[in-house]
Amino acid sequence: MSEVLVLVDHVDGAVKKPTYELLAIAKRIGSPSAVFIGGADKADAAAEAVKGYGADKVYVVDDAEIKGYLVAPKAEVLEQIAAASSPAAILIPASAEGKEIAGRLAIKLSSGLITDAVDVQVDGDTITTTQSVFAGNFTVDATVVKGTPIIAVKPNAASPEEGAGAGAVEQFSATISDGAKTAQIVASQPRQATGRPELTEAAIVVSGGRGTGGDFDAVEGLADALGAAVGASRAAVDSGWKPHTFQVGQTGKVVSPQLYVANGISGAIQHRAGMQTSKTIVAVNKDEEAPIFELVDFGVVGDLHSVLPAVTAEIEKRKG
Amino acid sequence: MTLSNIVVLVKYVPDATGDRKFEADNTVDRVGVDGLLSELDEYAVEQALQIKEKRPDEEITVTALTVGPAAAEAAVRKALQMGADKAVHVQDDAIAGSDAIATSLVLAKAIEKIGVPELIVGGLASTDAGMSVVTAMLAERLGLPQVTLAAVVESQGDQVRIKRDGDSATEVIGGTLPLVLSVTDQSGEARYPSFKGIMAAKKKPLEALTLADIGVDAGEVGLDAAWTKVDNVTERPARTAGEIVKDEDGSGATALVEFLASKKFI
Repeated sequence: MSEVLVLVDHVDGAVKKPTYELLAIAKRIGSPSAVFIGGADKADAAAEAVKGYGADKVYVVDDAEIKGYLVAPKAEVLEQIAAASSPAAILIPASAEGKEIAGRLAIKLSSGLITDAVDVQVDGDTITTTQSVFAGNFTVDATVVKGTPIIAVKPNAASPEEGAGAGAVEQFSATISDGAKTAQIVASQPRQATGRPELTEAAIVVSGGRGTGGDFDAVEGLADALGAAVGASRAAVDSGWKPHTFQVGQTGKVVSPQLYVANGISGAIQHRAGMQTSKTIVAVNKDEEAPIFELVDFGVVGDLHSVLPAVTAEIEKRKG
Repeated sequence: MTLSNIVVLVKYVPDATGDRKFEADNTVDRVGVDGLLSELDEYAVEQALQIKEKRPDEEITVTALTVGPAAAEAAVRKALQMGADKAVHVQDDAIAGSDAIATSLVLAKAIEKIGVPELIVGGLASTDAGMSVVTAMLAERLGLPQVTLAAVVESQGDQVRIKRDGDSATEVIGGTLPLVLSVTDQSGEARYPSFKGIMAAKKKPLEALTLADIGVDAGEVGLDAAWTKVDNVTERPARTAGEIVKDEDGSGATALVEFLASKKFI
């Protein structure tokens, strides 16, 4: 069975959930081979983690020489592993960095690239991806017709599947060109831990907009009761109520959770582009004419400052 | 290294507030709809102009470059009105339906033709396809580093420094010219063309190039040469209007809890 390369998304060795989703997709295509580019001392734990989700092979690439050098070296690493393993496909998380790696890799390998896949279906040798475009108004099914399919996959495109793979570890020493080591991270300030799931990966997102009036207590209370991430509309971010990292929308994060709860958000196209593919959409808004209500599975016309605390209290009560 | 040339990449896109659609061959309809300079590229033009303005001792030429049908001239015209010094428009019927791979090839060849500048600036994504990969592909083709998704840009001598919200951290990234830079809508509001700017733009040079001019074979671009194939485009069924309740004395909260419980979210 052909190998399928999966680039491991991790922070300092801690493997992130989208990696496990990619491994589940890789299993549909062939034999999953995880590619871990990181610190040598973190490799054992990361290899063990991806093995638990089906990795048959784990390529370990020590990043001592390339740490901090952005995307170009990683694209070179993948190019060299692909040359050695002739994979059936290469799966990369559709993060900002992942897409840039994928873009460079596509040119290097003369291979077709599909970004932001929300689903990947396999029928025999044919790998068909699904993308959601034009603010989620259209669904596009596409296939790669040249080279090795390179697919950048969005979070929540598949459910992680536990189940051990062979997990054979192979140290891979890549040759990195000097040209790839020119743009460098000078300083990095890790985001303050919120104790909540990451916005793009969360199964549930609770967002607030202009209607919060800047008071996110009710929004955050409901988010915590549901174990959700907190998001914000552009209006809330522009007003300085939340940093840009919370922004859901075309120029912020594009999310696709199981449940999206929009509170005090009118539903401008900018915002819809960032959340319209959510499986279930709920809105609370005082204005019954708000366009967000055109999208919802369930909507409440009312004041979020009274509705949300009541919902939160009831959820807490049921949890006991 | 002094900075003498900046090329800013601009794209003509269907107006997101209008009706966007696909043609029978599953390509984006770029002719039968209202179009404009992609909003996200206006920030790229703005930053290119600001870099020029902050370095008054250097003779810097800002060139706006676009690839697209005849109507795409509107995108470079807008850039000229904002203050770019000249424009280049690559137009060829064979380009229609090109994917990001082919688009990056046309851009790379056009840039090699007009002279590779010290700095290439692009937006964070187009507002239509929105793949966010063309700048990375272009950098790869030109053998340049990329410094992307900048919220703050500073440049001095041959050094460029940016600040950005990375995937998991706020980062400061440094690079040495020549390089490819992309900027986000956080980098600063794009200026409106002034009346003077609009008048001046009419006299600025706008060079039209064909594929033959830049040495690209028509067989390398367009729909048939794409490395990916769109099998199907379906319009998302309009979300059937869900249930909407009016909150009266807490009834909204009760109904919402019941809904969430019925969907097993609680």
